[in-house]
Amino acid sequence: MHKILRTRRIAVLAAAATSSLLLSACGGGGTVGGGDAKAFSLTINDDNHIVQEELTALSKGTCAAQNKALPLKIQTLPIGNVDQKVQLLAGQNALPVQFAAGGTPQLTKTLDKAGQVLDLEKTLKDLGVWDDLQPAAIKTVENLYGKFNVMPYQFNIEGIWYNKKLFADHHLTTPATYDQLVAAAAKFKGAGITPFAADGKDGWPLTRLVSGYLYRELGPDALQAVADGKARLTDPPYVKAAQAIADLGKAGYFGKGVGSIDYDTATQQFLTGKAAMFYMGSWALGDFNDKTKNTIGADNVGFMSFPTVAGGKGSADQIPANVGLPVAVSAKSYDAKVGDWLSCITKNYGAASLKDQGTVSGFKPHGDTGSLPPLTQTVQDTISKTTTSILWFEALFNTKATETSQTNAAPLVTGSLSAKDFMQKIQTDLDNG
Amino acid sequence: MRSVLGDRRALAVLLGPALLVYTLVMLVPMGWSLGYTFFKGNVIEGFTFGGFGNFEKLWHDSQAHSALWFTFKYAIAVSIGQVLCGYLLALLYVFVLRKSSAVVRTLVFFPVILPTVAVALMFQKLFAVAPQNGLANAALDGLGLHHGDWFASAGGSFVVLVVMDVWRSMGFYGVLIFAGLVDIPDETLESARLDGATGWRLIRHIVLPLSAPVLLSSVVFSINGTLKVFDSVLALTNGGPGSDTTPLTLYMFRTAFSYGDYGYGSTIASLLTVVCLGVTLVIFRFSRRDLTKG
Repeated sequence: MHKILRTRRIAVLAAAATSSLLLSACGGGGTVGGGDAKAFSLTINDDNHIVQEELTALSKGTCAAQNKALPLKIQTLPIGNVDQKVQLLAGQNALPVQFAAGGTPQLTKTLDKAGQVLDLEKTLKDLGVWDDLQPAAIKTVENLYGKFNVMPYQFNIEGIWYNKKLFADHHLTTPATYDQLVAAAAKFKGAGITPFAADGKDGWPLTRLVSGYLYRELGPDALQAVADGKARLTDPPYVKAAQAIADLGKAGYFGKGVGSIDYDTATQQFLTGKAAMFYMGSWALGDFNDKTKNTIGADNVGFMSFPTVAGGKGSADQIPANVGLPVAVSAKSYDAKVGDWLSCITKNYGAASLKDQGTVSGFKPHGDTGSLPPLTQTVQDTISKTTTSILWFEALFNTKATETSQTNAAPLVTGSLSAKDFMQKIQTDLDNG
Repeated sequence: MRSVLGDRRALAVLLGPALLVYTLVMLVPMGWSLGYTFFKGNVIEGFTFGGFGNFEKLWHDSQAHSALWFTFKYAIAVSIGQVLCGYLLALLYVFVLRKSSAVVRTLVFFPVILPTVAVALMFQKLFAVAPQNGLANAALDGLGLHHGDWFASAGGSFVVLVVMDVWRSMGFYGVLIFAGLVDIPDETLESARLDGATGWRLIRHIVLPLSAPVLLSSVVFSINGTLKVFDSVLALTNGGPGSDTTPLTLYMFRTAFSYGDYGYGSTIASLLTVVCLGVTLVIFRFSRRDLTKG
């Protein structure tokens, strides 16, 4: 009897020990929920150096006191993994204090519905720093998310950057219409120069061209109509836009191997004079103003808005604007120390970003901004003149449609996917989303 | 020993913890995953019961069909490549190189221990056309065989993927089958030779039937490994161009973790499980035939 009891006890003990070990392993760690953050953590994609570098500079300078109370801790991930990580962490209530709002506003909206995203309008008003934000940035964030709930570390406009010297050498003026743009591309190709540098590996710089054409052809509500169900991407005018960009690829205007070219290579192609034009956002100013990267010289870089399309409803002063890589703040990790950090950033980031990186942010610049490089000044002037800002192609898409759009952009311009099939694939994902 | 194994309580104490761990880390997640197939939603928004909706969606989902087709195509091509190259290497080790095969075996086995991502990056560079022409393209150009961007077409990407995975793993299968071939008694081979069986006849009638068990193991290993391919596709092509090289595993991963649809992701995972199980059963059924009897 004694033996049986002992055996049973051992069995129960073994089972309990195993279960507790397993349960403790399943429990996870590092949860920062409940406002007990141990660090001012930031999860961000590894290709965005500007935000990381500026926050690090602030942590050593103006925000050193906040950093001492709650140290800045940055984790970087490849761009494609950020959304996945954020979703998984959100499911465990373990979001970092700050996290890149991801490839699609839809995810941030979903997280917001689940109570995971801090209401920054209320928070920054409570902290008394709301007036330190650029009104244009507030409007852009509200357009995207329905409310102000991301930190606008960058405020960008997008358009076509061009090599002034190459244009002058080939007796070309800045194209004002799409036909002139195509004619210029043909002339460059004939001269052995790649007309457009493009990051086909990530796809989005190509789909931006599709939306550029769409906005010029159908006006600034072109993609809102798709989001509202009033139009479909498979409608003839939408397919025509995709076909126009596919035709650029068919003519060889993106050079060879566009699907294998990544962001850095495309930037390098333009900044070493191998490509005449480069569709990109003003976040690239950091590279343009960097003499070690820009061998054509910052003076030789010009900016043009996406040109008008003959008979189109849109105009060239309607410029795509965005808040670059928006960063959301976890509602569950917010406390006074996080508030101190947000307050310090909101007051000081604008001037520091201009001075250190030569890039424009969504925060008002107070104090010493240094002497602005001419290109940065051009961007600031363009922003101030812009009356209607528009969004990018995938801005109102769900995650699946966004991925389908970006992964199929290279096949669209290499001719392995027709314009109609490209739009159909995205529309199917929108219908099922 | 017999008294211990006959004692149910002793068995429970000895096997219980292991069985509990197995149940918790294998059976419960499998059951859990199966349960998810009847739900829609994700961990952020919560789940709602969807009945057989996910299975119906799977039936009509063209992306899932294309992922399943690619999975089969890839598994067949790579399995044939792996096992055939491995078998040829093993024959080379045993009948040509004999005892001096150690160095060659080590060299051919070397890619097996390399990280997949490193191998994929190497093959990306080898077959690149931009920003520079890769070594493979340069060699082809030298032979007058011009090829465009391998990664721009479904066919080109598939070829590079198959070549990479066969190159990466043939050393493993070479060593595996070599272990089976060295077990064939020398006397058997000698008597066959005395009977006039040499070259292809010796392989066809003596070596092949006697190495059938190890070949079968290789095929089962290979087909199950290739049906679940994930890392090499992700690192080399990321499933592209478009979704042309997206296998079921990658589609399942994206559906669950990128698109936040855990229920449908689990349904795709269930399909993959059924496919693996079905293929393995077919192979075992086929293997019941005695190859020595023609």
